[in-house]
Parts: sequence; C-alpha cells; structure tokens
Amino acid sequence: MAEKTAEKKVETKTVKIYIMGKEYEVPSSLTIMKALEYSGYKYIRGCGCRGGVCGACATVYRLQGSYKLNVGLACQTVIEPDMYLAQIPFYPANRAEHVLENMSPAVEEILKRYPEIARCLCCNTCKKSCPQELEAMEYIQAALRGDLKKAAELSFECIMCGLCVSRCPAEIQHYNVAILCRRLYAKYMMPKAEHLKTRVKDIEEGKFDKELSEYVKMDDKQLIGEYDKRDIEAV
Amino acid sequence: MSYPDNMLENIKKIESTRARIVEEAKKGDNFPRLSLEDGEKLLRKYHPDYKDGTKRELKVGKSKGELVPNEFADVIEAYPGIEPGEIDLEQVDYDVDVLVIGAGGAGSAAALTAQEAGAKVLVATKLRHGDANTMMAEGGIQAADKEEDSPTRHFLDALGGGHFSNDHDLLAAMVHDAPAVIEWLEDLGVMFDKDPDGTMRTLHGGGTSRKRMHSAGDMTGAEIMRTLRDEVRNREDIKVVEYEPAVSLIKDETGGCAGAVLQNMETGKFSVVRAKTVIIATGGFGRLHIQGFPTTNHYGATADGLVLGYRAGCSFSFMDASQFHPTGVIFPEQNVGLLITEKVRGAGSQLVNADGEQFVYPLEPRDIESSAIIRECFERKKGIETQTGRIGVWLDSPMIDVLEGEGTVQKEFPAKYRQFMRHGIDISKQPMLIFPTLHYQNGGLKISDDTSTEVPNLYVAGEVSGGIHGRNRLMGNSLLDVTVFGRRAGTAAARKAKEVKVGTLTLRHLTAYAKELESVGIKTERISPMILPDYVGKVG
Repeated sequence: MAEKTAEKKVETKTVKIYIMGKEYEVPSSLTIMKALEYSGYKYIRGCGCRGGVCGACATVYRLQGSYKLNVGLACQTVIEPDMYLAQIPFYPANRAEHVLENMSPAVEEILKRYPEIARCLCCNTCKKSCPQELEAMEYIQAALRGDLKKAAELSFECIMCGLCVSRCPAEIQHYNVAILCRRLYAKYMMPKAEHLKTRVKDIEEGKFDKELSEYVKMDDKQLIGEYDKRDIEAV
Repeated sequence: MSYPDNMLENIKKIESTRARIVEEAKKGDNFPRLSLEDGEKLLRKYHPDYKDGTKRELKVGKSKGELVPNEFADVIEAYPGIEPGEIDLEQVDYDVDVLVIGAGGAGSAAALTAQEAGAKVLVATKLRHGDANTMMAEGGIQAADKEEDSPTRHFLDALGGGHFSNDHDLLAAMVHDAPAVIEWLEDLGVMFDKDPDGTMRTLHGGGTSRKRMHSAGDMTGAEIMRTLRDEVRNREDIKVVEYEPAVSLIKDETGGCAGAVLQNMETGKFSVVRAKTVIIATGGFGRLHIQGFPTTNHYGATADGLVLGYRAGCSFSFMDASQFHPTGVIFPEQNVGLLITEKVRGAGSQLVNADGEQFVYPLEPRDIESSAIIRECFERKKGIETQTGRIGVWLDSPMIDVLEGEGTVQKEFPAKYRQFMRHGIDISKQPMLIFPTLHYQNGGLKISDDTSTEVPNLYVAGEVSGGIHGRNRLMGNSLLDVTVFGRRAGTAAARKAKEVKVGTLTLRHLTAYAKELESVGIKTERISPMILPDYVGKVG
C-alpha cells in the first residue's frame, strides 16, 4: 500500500542552499521545511500545520546575485539552488483588545484601535511580502474607508504569518486589523440565518428531545432499519 | 513544474469521459451507493484497519488486552520521561481553577466557556495557540438547522457512517448541540458561506442524507480557529502559555486530577500547575504515521494527551479504528499526504480511474470510499503511477466548473487552488491525483456526555476522546465535535471547580505505571509523551 509504493526513489540530484548563511547540500525536490529537517534541524518553532494554512513557517530568502527579497511558506516552497534563507517564526505585532459586543462595524472603531493604518504609504510592500499574495494594501485602504465588507473579503485567506507586519514602513499590523474587520463584518453586517434561530429555539424548547431519546434507546436492528429507510436529498 | 508527460497523456482520457459523467450525474444517474452489507465486505477486505500484523494487545493499564495499532502501543508502553523526584510539587508556578491542555478548537472553546462560567483559566500548549488540526479542517461543519433536516437525521447519518458502533449518548449530545454551536460561532464573527438573505449555504458530505455541511470557503477550520483564538485573547481571565506541553498530569491523595507538569521546550524548565479541574484537549495521533501512511495532520499530533490520560487511569474506546481520508495528495511529491477536502466531491467532482471511469459513489462514508480506492489501485490495477512509485486515482475537480460554471473551483476552493498553482497545476482545468492518507483518530479516551472521565476532576474533549464517531467519523463532525464537547468540557470543569478542594499534589501514578510496565517485562528505551515527531535527516 502507501508505504510500499513510496520505496521507489528516483530523486538523486542535489543543490546547495544556505540556512541562515550556512551551506548545506540537499535533494533538489524538497520544500524549505523538509530541507531544514534533512540538514539536521528539528523544529520547535517555525513549524505548524505543514500544509500551508497556519502561518507558522514564514520564510524570507534571497537568491545568490539578486537584490530581490522573496517570501514563502517553508512547508509549501520548493528550494532553489543558492537560496539564502531564514525563517521568521515570530514577529512582534501589537494587538488591540476589543469586546465585540460593545462595538459597531464603523471605521471609528478600527481607527481608535489601529490609528496607524492612516499612515499607510500605499507602497504595496505588504502585498509583495504576502506568501498568500493577498491584496494587503487594498484591504488596509478598504478598512480606512470603512468598507469592512471589502476588507473582510480581501483578507479572508490571511494566515496571520506576520510577514506584512515585518516589512511595513508605516508599522501597520495588517493581520490584526484584518481579523477585527472580518469579525465585525460577519457579526454585524452579514445577515443572520433565520432558519438557524428557529431551529435553536425549537431545540431549546425540547421539540426534538422525545424523538432523539427514542433513537438513543433503539437497538442496532431497529436503527439499521431506520437508516435504510432514509431518503437522500438530491445533490 | 506541472504533471509529467505520461500523466498528461492519461489526463486526455479523463477529459474524454468528463462530459458524459457530468451529464449522468446531473440526471441523478450516479455510480450507485453500496448497500450496508456490501460496504462491510469491502471494508474487511481492503481497509487498513483490517490488515493483519498491524496491531497488538496492550499489556498494561485499564484497557489491557485491547488491540491498538503498533505505533500507538509503542507510545503507551513507554516510560515517562521525568522522574517524580526531579520535580518539586510544592513549588506551584500556576494556581488556577481550570487547566486546559491543548489550544486547538476544543481547548479554545473549553477555555472560553469555562471563563464565562466564572473560572480562572490557564491554557497550556505545545506549539502556538491554534497549531492544531482544527486549523487544517477545510470542508465544513455539520448541523441540522434547516427545515427539511432534524437532529435525529443527523444522528442516524452519523451512526450509519460509524457502522452503528457510536456511543448513542455522546452522539445524541453532539447532534443536539450542533445548531446552537453554529449560532455561537456566527455570533463570534465567523464568516460562514451564506446566501444574500442569510441562509446558510450547505452541501452534502460523505454519508449525509441532508445537505447540512456549513462552510467558510475551504478554510472552515482556519476561520473557526482564528476566531476562537482571537476571542480567547480578548479575555483577561484566560492565560495562554505556548511552547509548554504537559508532560504529566498531577493527582492529589484522593486520586483526583489536580494539575499538570509543564515543560518549556526551549529552556527545558518544568512548571507545576495546580488546578481544581483539568481538561485534556490535545488532539490525535496522526504524526505517529500508523502503518507508515503519510498524514494530513499538523506537526504536533503525537497522541500526548492519550498517554497522559491513560497513565492517570482513563481507558480507551475504539483506539483500533483509524480514519484514512480518501483524498490525500500524492502528486506533487512535496505535498504527499495533504488533505483535499471532501467538499470537492460535495461540490460535484467524481473519482475516476486510469480509464476515466467511475468506480465508487463519490460520497460514501470515508472508510468505504478509501477501501474502494485501495481496491482500484492494487487489485484492479486501474491506478496511475507517479515517478516516485506512488499509485493513485484521479479526483476530477474540473467537473465542478463544467457543472456550476467557470470560476467555481477558484471561488469555492481558494486555498486548494493556490496550493496546486504553486506547482503549476490548475485544478479548475486538471484533475488531482489522490490516495488515502491518515487523517483522524476515531477512538480515544473514554468520556461521558459531559466529557467527564473515570478519573475525578479530569475532563477530555475533541479528537483525543473516543466513542462519538464509533469506528468511522463522517466529514464535518469533527469541527462539530471539538466545539460541542469543548464547550461542554468548559462548562462542566468550571462547575466542578467550584466544589473541589485540592489536596497534596503527587506524581505517584507515574511511579505505579512504570512499575506495571516492569512487572509485565516491558524493557524499552522508549519515553512518552512524544511531544514532537522526528524527521531529522529524512527526505520523506
């Protein structure tokens, strides 16, 4: 099965990379994360989901001879020859406390907590340093205009890795602004699900208790009978 | 980089049957679902749980004699890494009402609820707050909140998926609380997918009879996790310590749980937590790589909480049942084992073999779906082989755009689209090559419906617990499990904390456990909890 089929390894080509300036030779097909492990590092920080959604493994790198600073997630980015890399497992970012209950989805609420967004230089460095390629500058500008819907939607795929914060000349904490916008938008601006309210009320009033307790007491034979009787809602 | 030539060649075959298959599906003329009986036969022949030589009986503890996977037995039949003598239990570093071990979905939900019930809460976690499988859950969360649906239907669907082995009381608790949990999350500001009038957009998952899968794009878990984390950070009475896993529970002379020993992973320093009640919410065992399978799980899924709870006197249920998610990535090699959400099939894509033909109903319960894929690849030899020798079948995502219009794949699956585009594969135009991957621990520590355990003052919630899903969990019932039982644990632990008087702290149970290991002749260098897997020097 899986373990047997993976025995056949065809990869032998190796490349040189530089982990925090130190040279290592590793198989060319590896991701940055696996290259570090192959080289002997055991992660404590800088490794989370290993699937590109948690933001733990933000990495910056330059290729030899290039002035350009690149970004990527270590778990998703395949190494390149002569890559000089460093992970940024933690970067300090201010987070304003808030009690959502006492707030409204107004631009003042955002500005009160994160006044520095007004300092945005529109340089777009945040977008260039986003491994998710999000329109970070655009969502900060949307927040500044009080367009929380746009700020929420443009930032939806944010993984809060902090690379934008590390590079912003205006010292904005983009991802914390973004989550506040999303929560305010979802709580106050998206319409509530009426069917959900109705169902919760029915459950609280015990409407399903009798039926449910009957099922709990049924034996397997009765339950299998009920299961086979189900009709399936069309796809 | 994209697919190599031989795979591109095969994709042409897939393209040639696509329109016909979509047309048939539209007419409701799908590949038929298996009967319960045929499903059972398929499982016994092809599911990895039934493979000989992969399990052994536990020799110690409350569940002595039960069969569990070898890799799991290895961490249970291992010695504690600490000597009780090296820790001064009188030097208490944190004195709290409720200690929550683990900061994923269940731990965060528990912390919030316990704090709301008036408790002073400490959350201890091994990585960062939110580094958990909750963050990685993609497709959705089930709740029967629409008119044509009901909690009892949800109950029945989940029970069938679990082959009627689920604990009835636990399952009833979960389906009962489900709509309230969705409402709670909606109120916390989770951006669920909705129609303009607020109606939840819901889909089918494998084994459901009603469309009750709620989602937030294909980042449902991430959206829930970051919202819960954000809310925990708002609460002054909740303190979170990161990079400090619990290495042992602490008891008092009455035998009740009374805290834990934490260890700072960077400095090695131990801390003693005294707590009136303790909640274990540490997740599952994916990183033990059962039977050598790759896994969808996050870095820290090493079964630590199971070790802690078992040594303290809990027992297991269903620890022999592992879930292999049908659709794990097997190409490109860098992404092997990563999850492709079941929502991709919920939205209309089908599994096809090397001939471009269907071989299984796309939304069978996961264990059956996985077994059918294994049969297709290894018995019928209708799989496609990668350059590294992995064999899989196609998940034909472009069918979604054919069915729902161009742009749907990119809109509904932004994270997956991005992940494949990084490797030059456009999943709205090309299929994905998949094979089952280790995804979930169906079993765990035994709990009651208020999450209490056989050990007084010890509560357990989330993947680390067992019984809710029986031998096989349905999609969308894990995000639900962690939030429902996380909340139940927070409430129960905070309530109990009001009446508990903690006695003298002790680690005697560790000494007793080590003695029991010795008495049955287990001589080993293994220590546990494992805390982190070791990939140093490895390519895979």
